[in-house]
Amino acid sequence: MAVNRKSRSMGISQKSLKSMRRSIPRYPTGNYHPNKENVESRHRNARTLKWSAWLGWQMESNWADPFLFMVYSVAKPIAASLILVVMYSIIAAIGGGPDIGLFHYMFVSNAFFMYVGQVLFGVAQIVHDDREHFQTMKYIYISPSNYFSYMIGRSVSKMVITTFAVIITMAFGVFLLNVPLNIFTINWLLFMAVMVIGIFCIMAFGLALAGLSFLTAKHQGGMNEGIAGLFYLFCGVVFPVSILPSWGMSFAKILPITYWLELVRRTLNLGVGMDSTLSGASTAYCMAILCLSTLIFSIVALAIFKVGDTVARQKGLIDMTTAY
Amino acid sequence: MKFEEFKKPTWFQMNLRAVWGRAYPRIIGVNRELSWVFFETVLPLLGVAAFVYIYKALEAPPQYIGYVIIGGAMTAYWMNVLWSMAAQMYWEKEIGNLELYLIAPISRMSVLGGMALGGMFSSSVRAISTIVVGIVIFGISLSLPDPLMFAGIFIFTMIALYGMGMMFASLYMLWGREAWHMSSLFTEPIYLVSGFYFPVKGFTTMLGNPGTWIAAGASIIPITLGLDGMRQCLYPGNTDGFLPLWLELAILMVLSVVFLFLAKYSLAYMENLGKREGRLTMRWQ
Repeated sequence: MAVNRKSRSMGISQKSLKSMRRSIPRYPTGNYHPNKENVESRHRNARTLKWSAWLGWQMESNWADPFLFMVYSVAKPIAASLILVVMYSIIAAIGGGPDIGLFHYMFVSNAFFMYVGQVLFGVAQIVHDDREHFQTMKYIYISPSNYFSYMIGRSVSKMVITTFAVIITMAFGVFLLNVPLNIFTINWLLFMAVMVIGIFCIMAFGLALAGLSFLTAKHQGGMNEGIAGLFYLFCGVVFPVSILPSWGMSFAKILPITYWLELVRRTLNLGVGMDSTLSGASTAYCMAILCLSTLIFSIVALAIFKVGDTVARQKGLIDMTTAY
Repeated sequence: MKFEEFKKPTWFQMNLRAVWGRAYPRIIGVNRELSWVFFETVLPLLGVAAFVYIYKALEAPPQYIGYVIIGGAMTAYWMNVLWSMAAQMYWEKEIGNLELYLIAPISRMSVLGGMALGGMFSSSVRAISTIVVGIVIFGISLSLPDPLMFAGIFIFTMIALYGMGMMFASLYMLWGREAWHMSSLFTEPIYLVSGFYFPVKGFTTMLGNPGTWIAAGASIIPITLGLDGMRQCLYPGNTDGFLPLWLELAILMVLSVVFLFLAKYSLAYMENLGKREGRLTMRWQ
């Protein structure tokens, strides 16, 4: 009815309107099957994921020549690790005599925490980049692509770059700082399982932050820094959880990143036993808690993303710019 | 009233308005979204707290916790200089404001000065909240026997630091995504060499003479000596200072002049270069 009224006000006859409607292409009804649409949708999502991962890689890397990009990729994580090295060395030099196991604990956890910093930060940053910087978010929304698949694809490229940085940092630790990593004693199967679940969990957190970023102005920097800081403080990254006050320890025990880092340390056999809070828990128990909490946080993160996405569209925030 | 009857503002008045005009959205605008207070002040404290607990785990002397708190407070200014000064001109170019600044009858330095003033406001809120958390939650004790010296060190650190930010802004003006990546690159490596979480003299303790050279090289970044000076002022009598306070103040004064001069020179040079190469309005590189 509304269309008819509008067409009349625009001076378009009913006959013309019917003719225009007939000219709109439709799904073929002869051999239509609901499964076919699902398969097409899956293929479209897979294509979106593939090309957004490629786009993400190009955006991350093609601003510089490969050598400069490599220097850039290495300098940041090495510097972050060296801050801890200097802090430890100063206290050791002035006679504190801290346990070397604590240094290994800090080093390995800090290296793997890069996934949290980079992937979590990166996923949420995509919203800000697309919406305010490149102003392409509205175009992605009106394309057949699914924005959720697009986000996953973009985060894959960040994950690949972070993996490279983690490997470099660990190699730096092994060859220059005598971190005793023995690749022949690592339980690779468990390690890979822990990594897959952990990265899945971090991406879920990133999507939750992206959902919030839909609704906030340009504060995603502080928000991401803060959430990363929350995990840095409570997940036993650079000091054992047992140093925290009792309420902090209780909070740490419900965060999946705590268990993920503990499992990473156990599988790599570095800094094990430094944290009395989880030293009594078996590896199977830590794995079960990691899986369960990842599942719960993923459902919550997906809900936050969907709500953020819906509210942003309702309030017209998809093309908001807040550059002050 | 006819146009001719309007009193033409002086050059000084126009630039003063430009400074306030650019500072205004940063001071007033941010307060229109109160979530800013939470995101920009409360959440970043968590990262600083983590460094405090590292020293607790290492059983470090208590003044090291104070050093971390002071360093954590000063990260607010460094982040502001990187992202809201240096990268801002690149950002202004991307969103189309840069050409408006360039056609306005004002000094470009006024626009940058306004940015600095506005940025200092939000950074100061974050820095003060970090110090308050340090005192209230972590129980650090600070004493200030020479407030004049502290004020001098702080003020000249800010002038030199924001002068450096202005200089970077002109360099970033012609860059594309490099600007974003360079700002990102200047985070952890600068935290390391400038001693945000440990006294810069620690390099000497750790490495001997090469460490002293690292600290001396890092002193070109104003926040290195600024942090060291403030730590010496707030923890009088400690032996962790890199240089005598008067010397640090003198170097910061020199750096202030040098960076402001370089900022003005490089801004004019890069603007001219950008005009010749047609890159001032180029977006989404």
